[in-house]
Amino acid sequence: MSEKISKETVSHVASLAKLELTDEQLPYFTDQLGSIMGIFDSLNDVDTSNVEPTFSVTDQINVMREDVADNWGQRDALLNNAPDVSDGLIRTPTIIDESGD
Amino acid sequence: MDYLGKDIFSIHESLVNGDITAEELTRQTIENAKKNDEDINAFVVFDEENAIKQAQEIDKSGIDPDNVLSGIPVAMKDNMLTKGVLTSAGSKMLSNFKPIIDGTAVAKMKEAGTINIGKTNMDEFAMGGSTETSFHGKTKNPWNLDKVPGGSSGGAAAAVAAGDVLVSLGSDTGGSIRQPASFNGIVGMKPTYGRVSRWGLIAFASSLDQIGPLTRTVKDNAVVLNAIAGKDEHDMTSSNKEVPDFTANIDKGVKGMKIALPKEYLGEGVDKDVQDAILAAADKYRELGATVEEVSLPNSKYGVAAYYIIAPSEASSNLQRFDGIRYGYRSQDAKNLEELYVKSRSQGFGDEVKRRIMVGTYSLSAGFFDAYFKKAAEVRTLIIDDFKKVFQDYDVILTPTAPTPAYSLKDEKDPITMYMNDILTIPVNMAGLPGMSVPAGFSDGLPIGMQLIGKPFDESTLYQAAYAFEQNTDFHKQDPKMGGAQ
Repeated sequence: MSEKISKETVSHVASLAKLELTDEQLPYFTDQLGSIMGIFDSLNDVDTSNVEPTFSVTDQINVMREDVADNWGQRDALLNNAPDVSDGLIRTPTIIDESGD
Repeated sequence: MDYLGKDIFSIHESLVNGDITAEELTRQTIENAKKNDEDINAFVVFDEENAIKQAQEIDKSGIDPDNVLSGIPVAMKDNMLTKGVLTSAGSKMLSNFKPIIDGTAVAKMKEAGTINIGKTNMDEFAMGGSTETSFHGKTKNPWNLDKVPGGSSGGAAAAVAAGDVLVSLGSDTGGSIRQPASFNGIVGMKPTYGRVSRWGLIAFASSLDQIGPLTRTVKDNAVVLNAIAGKDEHDMTSSNKEVPDFTANIDKGVKGMKIALPKEYLGEGVDKDVQDAILAAADKYRELGATVEEVSLPNSKYGVAAYYIIAPSEASSNLQRFDGIRYGYRSQDAKNLEELYVKSRSQGFGDEVKRRIMVGTYSLSAGFFDAYFKKAAEVRTLIIDDFKKVFQDYDVILTPTAPTPAYSLKDEKDPITMYMNDILTIPVNMAGLPGMSVPAGFSDGLPIGMQLIGKPFDESTLYQAAYAFEQNTDFHKQDPKMGGAQ
């Protein structure tokens, strides 16, 4: 796991995370992610062969409740936070770009 | 109103006696905080209008003599939802976001009669330890304006240290309450995971995040935790464990208490002055009748590596919701939906947030999940087991809160150095334990904090140990001068 991360991998990861990196940013982030990944190598020293992973430390398991919808009745207040609203609906650009080619 | 040298109990007395009304107090508090903010920039926004209105209502119905929090002005970290008031989490992404609800902790503080005067500055999405990644500019340390206030709850801690407010609420994912409390010479508590509802806290890493109070004194801190703790139907990870009165045993002393001093937390990388302060604190506890013995937490040293896989992984998932559609920042130069997501996120998030999203995305991606995320989660188990072992024989663990006092605002910082700074606080979040920072010394005029770590849901014993120390030392009585380096 100590292999240095490549620009191509960083670029791929950025696209998975819906981020775009400029040509200047790509080497900068590649370097930094490489050194961050470097500190993870120390985990190879730890023997975890018989260890269960811990994903949460809550003491609550399977909290049940009635499956009822709660209408907060605050549509307008919610829409106030939306960047683009029309007729009580949130507007977005077209899903398929038809403007150019 | 300047709160240096004061506490909730003294202000409560003034309110009950009618020496000052809640409205006068609130106005004077905001006036003083605004003046201090010209130097320290602890606040993102003041909510003067609502605060005054609320104070007037409290005056009208009368200060409750049995409720010490009645009419006390407080501040909220900017990642906690406040109805109708800017909640930006220190990010451009949410720089225009006004929630339609109060988060549970915010609502409980309101029910308890406190008055929120505004939102405090923080690292963007609570990712950082110096409050330098905020969209709203840097906050300065009131003890020395050339130093960082710590983070991510840097504004929350600086506001309390500067005497702006007696109480602020912060959040702590890897040390974000305790480290700034340490850097600012105040008391900061990260309660047990599940003790305080996270409903309405903008999520960073959901298995680690916890809300807690920052205050000038230990007893004030306990009073505030009383108000915000408890089960909440909106947060299924909040615990239904009974909430005791955290002040009930606070003055019982430490006679017979067993305190563990883990040797790994006083090793390389920890400043000599910090080590000395903690060893002196251990001696003080012995003098007060406690037993203090060296123990080992051998896996804590892997905490940083495991944390910087787990926290970014959870963050990369939590932060997917910021897509520029329903709320928050939307890029104006997107031609289609895909571009809207990508450009809004790329323009709305700062570099540190992007770094963590990418580290998390990578750690969770196919082919790497076992080597990174699963491995880190297994190491987390080992860290937890270490603590369990020590707590079979001890009541409290004593460590430094941070390896150094507050560092310079000016230095260039690389991510790795910044991450290593969390080495002493991270294991506590990994194990979900309560941990608090208490003033324990000074180095060149900058505060040093000691960390007390407790068993799950045993905040009471932490307060008891912290109170005994505070009552027998005078570190908490010193005040910042709000000046620059000499």
